[in-house]
Amino acid sequence: MSLSLAATGFGLLFLVFVLGTLVTNGIGAIRPSLFTMTTPPPGSAGGLANAIFGSVIMTAIATAVGTPTGILAGTFLAEYARDRWFGEIVRFINDILLSAPSIIVGLFIYAVMVVPMGHFSGWSGAMALAVIMLPVVVRTTEDMLRLVPNSLREAATALGAPKWRVVVTVTYRAAMQGMVTGVLLAVARISGETAPLLFTALNNQFWSANLNAPIANLPVVIFQFSMSPYADWQSLAWGGALLITAAILVLNIGARFIASRSSFER
Amino acid sequence: MSLSLAEPNRSSLEPSPRDGAAATVAPFPVKVQIRNVGFHYGNFQALKDITLPLQDRRVTAFIGPSGCGKSTLLRVLNRIYELYPKQAATGEVIVDGQNILAPGFDLNLVRARIGMVFQKPTPFPMSIHDNIAFGIRLYHRVPKSEMDDRVESALKRAALWDEVKDKLRQSGLGLSGGQQQRLCIARAIAVEPEILLLDEPASALDPISTQRIEELIAELKSDYCIAIVTHNMQQAARSSDFTAFMYLGELIEFDETERIFTHPRIKRTEDYITGRFG
Repeated sequence: MSLSLAATGFGLLFLVFVLGTLVTNGIGAIRPSLFTMTTPPPGSAGGLANAIFGSVIMTAIATAVGTPTGILAGTFLAEYARDRWFGEIVRFINDILLSAPSIIVGLFIYAVMVVPMGHFSGWSGAMALAVIMLPVVVRTTEDMLRLVPNSLREAATALGAPKWRVVVTVTYRAAMQGMVTGVLLAVARISGETAPLLFTALNNQFWSANLNAPIANLPVVIFQFSMSPYADWQSLAWGGALLITAAILVLNIGARFIASRSSFER
Repeated sequence: MSLSLAEPNRSSLEPSPRDGAAATVAPFPVKVQIRNVGFHYGNFQALKDITLPLQDRRVTAFIGPSGCGKSTLLRVLNRIYELYPKQAATGEVIVDGQNILAPGFDLNLVRARIGMVFQKPTPFPMSIHDNIAFGIRLYHRVPKSEMDDRVESALKRAALWDEVKDKLRQSGLGLSGGQQQRLCIARAIAVEPEILLLDEPASALDPISTQRIEELIAELKSDYCIAIVTHNMQQAARSSDFTAFMYLGELIEFDETERIFTHPRIKRTEDYITGRFG
């Protein structure tokens, strides 16, 4: 008991330490210019507007691609391929993808998109994020649908509802909150990914909304600026890190909130 | 309903458990004829050669110890078992002259004619109104005012209207267990089925809710052919007209409820009813 308590305290201590460092170093960089100005050359004033925009747009596209695909695949596994060998194989491969290092995904997209296109681009960054998001959504969707009791499916079927209708109107509704939570957690996961973007979206010092060109994004900017010898760049990197952490925190709390509301209703 | 292909009751004035007819001639036509039905869960045979009729506008109770196959038999009657692989039924279930176990039958239409209520209440995660409307919407496009009327009449017939009329837009999950079960019955009768299958509908409920469900069954009898599975012997004696006693997947005895509970012909039935085993 006391040992596990000590271990918990040890972990919490580091968490508080990390967050504390982040806040003390980052809070100074959070000012209006952070959101209005683009990344500066060393020595001049600037912000992270282009990186924030790039991150948001790539995450949005990745979510738009990864969510429907993941939900449909998760539905297939939970509703149509139970106890079938094909479903087992798909589930196994999905689990591998789930635990694949994100840098591998970045290299993969580099090979299949960046090289053929001949340049880094926002699209390939978004695709890399979508590939990372996909297995998370597949897994949570399947898990949530499996939690729906069979008695509910039987009741809807006994009324004469065809299978697709049972899935769409009853099972999805019963699993809705869990599925939304899963998607939010997947968004939180990809919004901090750095490695896959290094090979795909790269970075851009200027404001750019062109997804066919390299595009700025928070993780890579943080990576680049924090490694630089310039104090103002380092400060911006702290600010960006705090921003991402806050955004992920909000997503996680949102997911928690939705999840707790569902258990309250039942 | 058609009489033509259904086996008339008087075919067997000499009662025997095999042909499954009643001892005295009953006035109602046979709605469902179960003929030589067998059932397998994988390699396990759960039902063996079951034959009996279900009369229209009568309640037929299935009793027997756990695992005797009574719920399984009910699940054959609307082919709900087909949701699961490795489950298979043989024989015939003839509803109004048509064998619904025959392949190529439009299952969803069959199920719309045969309502089912399960042991545990299964309200859908939607409002009380939408729970009832769900089944109606499957096969009918109904204007809103008519839908409201149909929801109201279904809830009234299930004796739930007075308790929920002010909260039709609230979640069906917020009701008590007994109310949820009546909601499920309302949902089943809203699609105007001809047959009602009740799988231990009151076993998870308190005595007062159970009494209400039994009163409900007595009322619904005037319109439907009802089959009920129950563990509760008193319930079978109170609310059914016919009783089938099953044991280890076989139909041991089938007769009018009164006879089964007063003069059972077979020793094992008597032992079960008097509580000597089970």
